[in-house]
Amino acid sequence: MTTAPSTTPITAPGAARKRPAPARITLHICLIAVLLVMLYPLAWLVATSFKPADEVIASLRLLPSHFAWGNYSTALDGVNEVGVGRLLWNSLLIACGAVLGNVISCSLAAYAFARLRFRMRGPLFAFMIATIMLPHHAILIPQYIIFNQLGMVNTYWPMILPKFLATDAFFVFLIVQFMRGLPRELEEAARIDGCGPFRSFFSVILPLTRPALITTAIFTFIWTWNDFFTQLIYLFEPEKFTLTLALRSFVDASSQSAFGPMFAMSVFALLPIVLFFLAFQRFLVEGMAGSGLKG
Amino acid sequence: MTATATRPPDAAPPATGGKRARKRERQGAAWVFLSPWVIGATVLTLLPMAVSLYLSFTDYNMFDAPRWIGFRNYTQMFTEDPRYWRSVTTTLTYVVIAVPLQLALALAVAIALKSVKRGKGFYRSAFYAPSLLGASMSIALVWRAIFNDGGSVDNLLSGMGIDIGGWINKPGWAILSVALLTIWQFGAPMVIFLAGLQQIPAELYEAAAVDGASWWRQFRSITIPMLSPVLFFNLVLQMIQAFQVFTPAFAVSAGKGGPADSTLVYTLYLYDRGFTASHMGYASAMAWVLLLAIGLVTAVLFRTSRAWVFYANDTNEGGR
Repeated sequence: MTTAPSTTPITAPGAARKRPAPARITLHICLIAVLLVMLYPLAWLVATSFKPADEVIASLRLLPSHFAWGNYSTALDGVNEVGVGRLLWNSLLIACGAVLGNVISCSLAAYAFARLRFRMRGPLFAFMIATIMLPHHAILIPQYIIFNQLGMVNTYWPMILPKFLATDAFFVFLIVQFMRGLPRELEEAARIDGCGPFRSFFSVILPLTRPALITTAIFTFIWTWNDFFTQLIYLFEPEKFTLTLALRSFVDASSQSAFGPMFAMSVFALLPIVLFFLAFQRFLVEGMAGSGLKG
Repeated sequence: MTATATRPPDAAPPATGGKRARKRERQGAAWVFLSPWVIGATVLTLLPMAVSLYLSFTDYNMFDAPRWIGFRNYTQMFTEDPRYWRSVTTTLTYVVIAVPLQLALALAVAIALKSVKRGKGFYRSAFYAPSLLGASMSIALVWRAIFNDGGSVDNLLSGMGIDIGGWINKPGWAILSVALLTIWQFGAPMVIFLAGLQQIPAELYEAAAVDGASWWRQFRSITIPMLSPVLFFNLVLQMIQAFQVFTPAFAVSAGKGGPADSTLVYTLYLYDRGFTASHMGYASAMAWVLLLAIGLVTAVLFRTSRAWVFYANDTNEGGR
């Protein structure tokens, strides 16, 4: 790389090959510097969750003087006499229900939009796309009234039921885009073999759509897990609280002594997302990249 | 090839009677597949939109029947409620700071990453991680602590001789800390930019380099136009999301929008009116104004996009 005399003195934004070594190293140093600044809040969170009460604010050092595991055992007791196990289970229940709902309902709707012909297909598709941009708050209050009438306030239905009705149009769109890329010949062959639309959906298309379904499942899980607003308005009984809502209880009580346990519990709340991220980063990053290019 | 692929498969010869029945059957099948979505879109989207429009003209507290009051909610909002305007200016300040800075940072890092050979995947994932974690209450609480009096940021700045104190206790600075949390999550648009950059043909840069175009010239005349559709997509998406910011403002101010209403973003005030004060009619009116405002901003962006968004395919192939 360094042997060939550079023919173009100016480094083109598109040509990495021609970049001399010092420039490359500078680039890496800059990127790593930005990365360190970005990761600081996360490091701070983990470090603070191990700090004894008197060090949380007073100490300027990132690392605790000794590891105070007590924060974690306090956090395990939970909030409002509801243990972390229960809170974790509640969060998981909602997130898994949402995942199941989205994967089923969005793939069904997506198949119709991507592959079947029906009256009003164009306008309905446009409407579906428009609902992606609809602010959630515009429909929040009537939805609350509906769920209240159905006696579903303070249950998990308001968080799960809409997912079984494909209200997350973003994922319908994502799966439609993916299905459009599958060769039509597959279904034609299936049809010649006597498959109706249902058979060809379940046996031919659905297995091939797996990457898009995985992306849908992971994003649904993470977004539902992180969701705060919906849980805040629908759940009020501490027994039914999720990890997010339990953390919220700490917001009001701002005494310093609660800091350690609060951040220990924050670590609990982030752990599943971090694990998901480490396990599925390819799906997440590619899914995000694809959404922009096709959109 | 394309002709056979796009034509409905059953357009092939067979008997016309069978074709009809077949077509009807497939229409029916389509509606079966669509039924969950149709129910959801009607009952959980269209109906609530209509109901909230109706409620916005009423006085409603969840317990008594709604009472029609005409445009009173709207006139009160626009002329008699300083907190409403406070929430509007707070939200606009936040959007105007957070969105451009987030996108600029995303673009800068994407361009830097494009020319990185080794460790590209690692960088991409690491920069993306905050976008997944950032929406969590956990991170909002971290933000509250590190921007508090005596928190990390305060310590760092006073070490450098800048004495601001805790940002979250200072009107004017508090909303900046919320904006920084959004900027921190630049990974999602960055990943989209990077994917867009990689689709720009390298020949364009090579030709420009031969012609002696500077780095800046290439950036302005190749990168920006070629990337403009992606830039537009990111801008619309981030803008819509930014107007609806809630969790960090809630966490930083313990749900109250303080200090001195300086973090009272629009949705936080909407929540306060609707669910704390039980003025559901007023909150519905606020929701519709938000819907219209977002619609208007999106429409304006789409309108201006004709002037600056460049679709390469339009000139080459005339569509698709």
